[in-house]
Amino acid sequence: MSKSAKAIAIVALTALMPVPASAADKVGLGRVALPEEIKAWDIDVRPDGVGLPDGKGSVSDGEALFQTKCSSCHGEFGEGAGRWPVLAGGQGSLKSDRPEKTIGSFWPYTSTVYDYIHRAMPFGEAQSLSPDETYALTAYLMNLNDLVPSDFVLSKENFPKNLPNEKNFYDDDRETTEKAFWKKDPCMANCKERVEITNHARILDVTPDDQKDDKDQKPSAGVE
Amino acid sequence: MSEPVTLNRRRVLNLGIAGAGAAALTPALAAAQTPDPLIVEKQEWTQYLGEGVNAKPYGVPSKFEKEVVRREVEWLTASRQSSVSFTPLHALDGIITPNGLCFVRHHGGEAEIDPAKHRFMINGMVDKPLVFTMEDVKRMPGRVNRVYFLECAANSGMEWRGAQLNGCQFTHGMIHNVVYTGVPLKAFLNEAGVSPKGKWVLAEGADASAMTRSIPLEKAMDDCLVAWAMNGEALRPEQGYPLRLVVPGWEGNMWVKWLRRVEVGDQPWAQREETSKYTDLLADGRSRQHTFLMDAKSVVTNPSPQAPLKSKGPNVLSGVAWSGRGTIKRVDVSMDGGRNWRTARIEGPNFPRAMARFYVDFDWNGQELMLQSRAMDDSGYVQPTKDELRKYRGSNSIYHNNGIQTWLVRPDGSAENVEVS
Repeated sequence: MSKSAKAIAIVALTALMPVPASAADKVGLGRVALPEEIKAWDIDVRPDGVGLPDGKGSVSDGEALFQTKCSSCHGEFGEGAGRWPVLAGGQGSLKSDRPEKTIGSFWPYTSTVYDYIHRAMPFGEAQSLSPDETYALTAYLMNLNDLVPSDFVLSKENFPKNLPNEKNFYDDDRETTEKAFWKKDPCMANCKERVEITNHARILDVTPDDQKDDKDQKPSAGVE
Repeated sequence: MSEPVTLNRRRVLNLGIAGAGAAALTPALAAAQTPDPLIVEKQEWTQYLGEGVNAKPYGVPSKFEKEVVRREVEWLTASRQSSVSFTPLHALDGIITPNGLCFVRHHGGEAEIDPAKHRFMINGMVDKPLVFTMEDVKRMPGRVNRVYFLECAANSGMEWRGAQLNGCQFTHGMIHNVVYTGVPLKAFLNEAGVSPKGKWVLAEGADASAMTRSIPLEKAMDDCLVAWAMNGEALRPEQGYPLRLVVPGWEGNMWVKWLRRVEVGDQPWAQREETSKYTDLLADGRSRQHTFLMDAKSVVTNPSPQAPLKSKGPNVLSGVAWSGRGTIKRVDVSMDGGRNWRTARIEGPNFPRAMARFYVDFDWNGQELMLQSRAMDDSGYVQPTKDELRKYRGSNSIYHNNGIQTWLVRPDGSAENVEVS
């Protein structure tokens, strides 16, 4: 066998063996996603408005829709029924013992309202609202929070970015502000003079109990 | 969170444990007066045949373990579909949480998805948006097995204003620790080709909440996994079957279940679960955002309110510790409310960003105990007290409460959730 024939034979043999994929190579798995498929799933909306669809909705249309589709859980004016989320009010409450975290008092961006309603509401019938309906509900919630007048019509063109509390959010800074928690040698002996019990869980006694069911007795706030 | 409410009726805690606390304590070394009938009399299980090998094609725990189950705290949430159940930490040992006992948090109920109908898409700022079937996903090279804890950011969130729930299942049970099988998310992102402008990814679930979270691209390309198995078998439906995201050391909400899509972008999406929720409201009215990492934390699981001491003499204190920053290096335990500490024995596998198990063998003479544990990780972080945390954050944060837990053990062996000075 000539040298070149031998080389060809080796190449042919190698081609038959499984080849381990190297990290830099494309594996070739999956297929290209079609534009229609991306459009069906990529419904997210960003604070800068990227992702907002064409359409518009008024406060008054939103109010009618809200009473039909939302008020059974969120209350007629977004005040919340039972433990369902309160959507309006709470301004000035964030430093208090009972902060009310609503769209108007807490949420940083308007886009989150549109995105979440369109994505996950009404609860149990997600992604059933049209862009116009979602704009209208967003407009109504803005109006309930005194952010727009009652004749306001919301669309992609006039979609506001920031909500009032946006300026009060900042990125995680635990590593600098809480650097006292990185301790070289935590105390091991005689760390305090005396120890007193300051609080008992049984005073509140809200632990679930299989034997009894005091559903009428419950604290007023839960986990989110 | 609410201010403490005094109920008009107190009740004896009974969490399904026979004689929880207040039981007659067994002396350290009991002398038998009469022969034990369990030994001298023939028992039915010794005489008669038991069930055949395949009576239960999928095995279940002994009927004598029926109280070891996930539990809910119904008043916490408005509906059962958007709610949480808690891992029975007090009844577990070792480091691995059994699949059926891993706590569950849903926002739109449990999606039941035929894997043949599941699709996984990569889109956004990539050279080529791609769609994978589950079969494609499992053919991706570079499969790994990794043990990680998953802790909900709201674990212990009910305790910010003071001791509230009696039992580590409820105070600390929004955590589990399993071994995942999957492929690094990086492999799928590389396959699509991430644009140099990409800075963040958005992970999205296929459930009725279409759960979404923004994750820095750096983390996505580092240690995130796309996983289809836990503890050697397919993911449980309530844990995201057929596919979930694994985001080691970071808050559980980001570990999107029923993972259907990862989008690449150049800024975070400010979704509901990273603005309205999972941000930390501080005492000054401002809020931290993007507090992804779960700090070092630990809890004594035995004894605890659901697992009282039953005997004087030799006893084993047990607990778990974990840190999103790395590996647990040391756990100290105090029996006198934090005055004096001793270093516990970390036993068994101890992986980064996974639960570690610790023990202290001790003799109990019936005195009152105030049990605490304090975790330290390899970044040098030391688990703070609850008061230290409140000093920096106030009491309105809800999330990221990793303060030191205290159990008061009374002379009768019963235990209660308390706070100490």
